[in-house]
Amino acid sequence: MESNSETKQHTLLSSESGIQRTQYPYVTGSSVVALKYKDGILMAADMGGSYGSTLRYKSLERIKPVGKHSIIGASGEISDFQEIMRYLDDQVLNDNMWDDGNSLGPKEIHSYLTRVMYNRRNKFDPLWNTLILGGVKKGQKFLGMVTMIGVNFEENHIATGFGNHMAQPLLRAEWHENLTFEEGVTLLEKCMRVLLYRDRSAVNKFQIAKITEEGVTVSQPYALKTFWGFKAFENPTAGAEGSW
Amino acid sequence: MSNNSCMDLTAKGGFSFDLCKRNAMLSQKGLKLPPFRKTGTTIVGLVFQDGVILGADTRATEGPIVCDKNCEKIHYMAPNIYCCGAGTAADTEAVTDMVSSQLQLHRYHTGRESRVVTALTLLKKHLFNYQGHVSAALVLGGVDCTGPHLHTIYPHGSTDTLPFATMGSGSLAAMSVFESKYKEGLSRDEGIKLVSEAVCSGIFNDLGSGSNVDVCVITKGHKEYLRNHMLPNPRTYVSERGYSFPKKTEVLMTKITPMKEKVEVTEGGDAMEE
Repeated sequence: MESNSETKQHTLLSSESGIQRTQYPYVTGSSVVALKYKDGILMAADMGGSYGSTLRYKSLERIKPVGKHSIIGASGEISDFQEIMRYLDDQVLNDNMWDDGNSLGPKEIHSYLTRVMYNRRNKFDPLWNTLILGGVKKGQKFLGMVTMIGVNFEENHIATGFGNHMAQPLLRAEWHENLTFEEGVTLLEKCMRVLLYRDRSAVNKFQIAKITEEGVTVSQPYALKTFWGFKAFENPTAGAEGSW
Repeated sequence: MSNNSCMDLTAKGGFSFDLCKRNAMLSQKGLKLPPFRKTGTTIVGLVFQDGVILGADTRATEGPIVCDKNCEKIHYMAPNIYCCGAGTAADTEAVTDMVSSQLQLHRYHTGRESRVVTALTLLKKHLFNYQGHVSAALVLGGVDCTGPHLHTIYPHGSTDTLPFATMGSGSLAAMSVFESKYKEGLSRDEGIKLVSEAVCSGIFNDLGSGSNVDVCVITKGHKEYLRNHMLPNPRTYVSERGYSFPKKTEVLMTKITPMKEKVEVTEGGDAMEE
């Protein structure tokens, strides 16, 4: 590790045109979508891990609880996500050892993650993830995002990766304060269905996680119904022989 | 010394190659040429109960600048066929104009209404010929004797036949609206509402699209071009005080002399073909 960073330094100083990213993501997860609702946070992600263009893993859990008050969802490199979970488990353990009745809230964990991601980015050795962190502590809801270069912000509804292009327009049009649980789930399912149709790395196996003041619930994996029965799909080139 | 020789060359006329070496040096250093006018865009189309509805935004961009706030992206091809264009503005205009005239000549030749597949084949032939260098991504829709048709044409010449389609930089935002809300057998008003919603989604969520919504409804034997159907971006602040310009030249006298009519205008007569 030491010699690695030294040689990296060397290349940085010696040739200007030779700077390259030190990593490529190998096993990647696609988008995660999350929103604030009346009682807390809802987060949804599919369970697929792609190895380049192969759909290698179909049962990855990309949403995990952190401590008592938060859930984290990650897209991007899965091994980096597992590393981040180790760091977070260390933090939670340390916090428990204080045994002072207080526990890490979502804001603290978000801040910690921002620092970790930004510092790695400064060393040109990023953790290739976009993380969504949501939680409720003492009645206060929190939903925030940290990207692999350390960009962080809080919002009422967040999506990563392809979800930014396909899910955010729907969320921006239809999200409002005080969604009920059912409305929130319907909206998330709508977003995930659109992503399922149009994102090549999406799988039809989802988990929705909910966090409220009471605690965390991560649902069992389930599939969404899709509709392919348009008349125009049956014989699309009926009037246009030679086209697709 | 060298300045004098430069001046001699330009006086003779013809292309002056003096700056070519400098340009090569600059592009090697990484200077980018000024960007050409694109219509970073949201264009959509859908098939409804009685025909086809096309929609488009109205923003034309030149790199980061909006150069036209209210341009027309829905181009006329034939009385029953319209085409939305995304990509380089010059390419979409030229290609649609060219195929429109070819269709007109074909109509004179055959004496029949143009078919959408004719326009499709002419466009894809041209675009494939230029191997993607003619950067025009099109949504072609129309109603002919065989029914309503909607096609997308990509710059390299491939085509799709679809019940609903979006193209341009705002296509993902518009497609998310279509994928969640499209049904078969929509009525005219539902269709227009859905198309406007999709284009608005592109306008508000994509930086390359903006300003107003144009809609075009084509049914059997009838078309409706709703220019600026929605204006969701009005100019909200207009100064109430108004403007007062300082008086410059005083007007001393105003006299109006009507010009003698040089041409005889006869009412009626042969109407020009469309």
